[in-house]
Amino acid sequence: MTTAHTLVAEAVTLAYGDRTVVEELDLRVDDGRITVIVGANACGKSTLLRALARLLPPSGGRVLLDGKELHRQPTKEVARTLGLLPQSPVAPEGIVVADLVARGRSPHQRLLSRWSGADDLAVAEALDLTGTSDLADRVVDELSGGQRQRVWIAMALAQRTDILLLDEPTTYLDICHQVEVLDLLTDLNRDRGTTIVMVLHDLNLAARYADRLVALSRGRIVASGDPSEVLTPAVIRTVFGMSSEVVPDPVSGRPMVLPVGRHHSGRLAATA
Amino acid sequence: MTTTLVSVTSGRLGRARSRALLTGILAAVVVALVATSLMVGQTFYGPGEVLRVVLGQHVPGASFAVGELRLPRTTLALVAGLALGLAGVTFQTMLHNPLASPDVIGISSGASAAAVVAIVVLRLPESLVSLVAIGAALLTALVIYLLAYRDGVVGTRLILIGIGISAMLDSVVSYVIVRAATWDLQTAMRWLTGSVNGAVWSTVAPLTLAVLVLAPVLLAQARPLRLMQHGDDAAAALGVPVERTRVIAILAAVGLVALATAAAGPIAFVAFLAGPIAARIVGPGTSLMVPAALVGAVLVLGADLVGQHAAGNRYPVGVVTGVLGAPYLVHLLIRTNRAGGSP
Repeated sequence: MTTAHTLVAEAVTLAYGDRTVVEELDLRVDDGRITVIVGANACGKSTLLRALARLLPPSGGRVLLDGKELHRQPTKEVARTLGLLPQSPVAPEGIVVADLVARGRSPHQRLLSRWSGADDLAVAEALDLTGTSDLADRVVDELSGGQRQRVWIAMALAQRTDILLLDEPTTYLDICHQVEVLDLLTDLNRDRGTTIVMVLHDLNLAARYADRLVALSRGRIVASGDPSEVLTPAVIRTVFGMSSEVVPDPVSGRPMVLPVGRHHSGRLAATA
Repeated sequence: MTTTLVSVTSGRLGRARSRALLTGILAAVVVALVATSLMVGQTFYGPGEVLRVVLGQHVPGASFAVGELRLPRTTLALVAGLALGLAGVTFQTMLHNPLASPDVIGISSGASAAAVVAIVVLRLPESLVSLVAIGAALLTALVIYLLAYRDGVVGTRLILIGIGISAMLDSVVSYVIVRAATWDLQTAMRWLTGSVNGAVWSTVAPLTLAVLVLAPVLLAQARPLRLMQHGDDAAAALGVPVERTRVIAILAAVGLVALATAAAGPIAFVAFLAGPIAARIVGPGTSLMVPAALVGAVLVLGADLVGQHAAGNRYPVGVVTGVLGAPYLVHLLIRTNRAGGSP
């Protein structure tokens, strides 16, 4: 269903004005897998994602999509292979769900081209996959946070890209909606082979859903690989400056991080 | 899947049909207003006579009243309304804020001030006045943009700075008009609130030409501009060349506002009102450009008819649109204040 792609960052340096956020970073995105980027606030996670999506030109190094420099390719062409859901997209006032999702078809349309049956099909499929078909005629402003996030994902799905980048797709959602969104993305990855790269805040959900975890600190990759290799107390100390215990998650068997703060750590002291 | 497909297709077709119908009705209203403006006046001429004059035949009496007086005036009202409506909705869509229309943020005032100075102080010929107005409007837009720039441009900051600049430029207009004591009230009103009085082909022609050239340019940007409502990153992710779209849209919209202002003065609040009214009529979700342009024309043509015939005195069109627009501006400002941010 999807064709193989390569998305590679080669020694990229990313900066906003004089402020360098990411320095000489190398990352090869695994095709057909789920990569999750974690790190403390302001470590360059979102910046890296923006560079991978062609939104931020690197001040050094380069980002290659299928071997071609990303910033040398037209935006529209890139948008047919690579989709991005930014952290807080804005829905125009009063727009209905189906119209918003339909906007995901834009990269496939020309100036005067007619809307086609294939476009309708892509929209309908995106609504079904995200469980938002019942909401199709509702106004986006009236939806709950979880519903709205699923609608935005539906828009990204309607774009039908083989690579999907998401910046904190679970922010502002309660735990059940977070799991729902991550399950949905996993379905998409397994059923269609969509390559997924996302930034997540919750380490335990990241460990649960990632095929590959990338831990970022001050614009550099500290550790990268299987969640069980990356989520160690040592890495967590480097990335977040925090003590922790890592135990196997009783549900998935993946690593689970238990933070150790100054309070309520009595049992730890007792066993130590 | 199939049921969803059916409902997606029928929902889309249904919405498209109702939008097409409502846009058609708006266009019909514009045509009706144009016809009424040409027929009604000191002497009433029937549709047959008006049509013959428009087609270039000689009709005693009507040829002068309709051909020389009403036709330029009505054309000016029509094209100025189209231009202002289109430019207004472009700015509002691009900056995703209904307050960000060129007449609120000072771009019309820039054109107006430049035109007044060019005519009264520098005594430039009409043909140069349009160019000076365009230059000044672009310069005003640039100054507002630069003053509002701090790690990117935030809508609210740009609007507040624009309102300030607008007040300064309006005082330039008032100053020049007071100094030019020989001016009659009509001319003064044109530069203070906008008016289609005394329209002549030499000023109507450049504006008409500009609408014919720039409107298609803006309409071609309708889809990318619509996607920019989601924010720059989201738009770029959907394949929109954000910077290029912005530059084209600003240049074309500022050009339209400047020429409309040079020809008819700063007709109050038309650019500001057209977009929100169009959104109410056809609903959001699609491009508002064509409906907003039509609403702009309805506002100017309608307000001119009201100003001419409904009240005892003859009021310039800007007075009537001002009465309509000011309460809406206050309403939006109150909403912004309550929300503590953009409305």
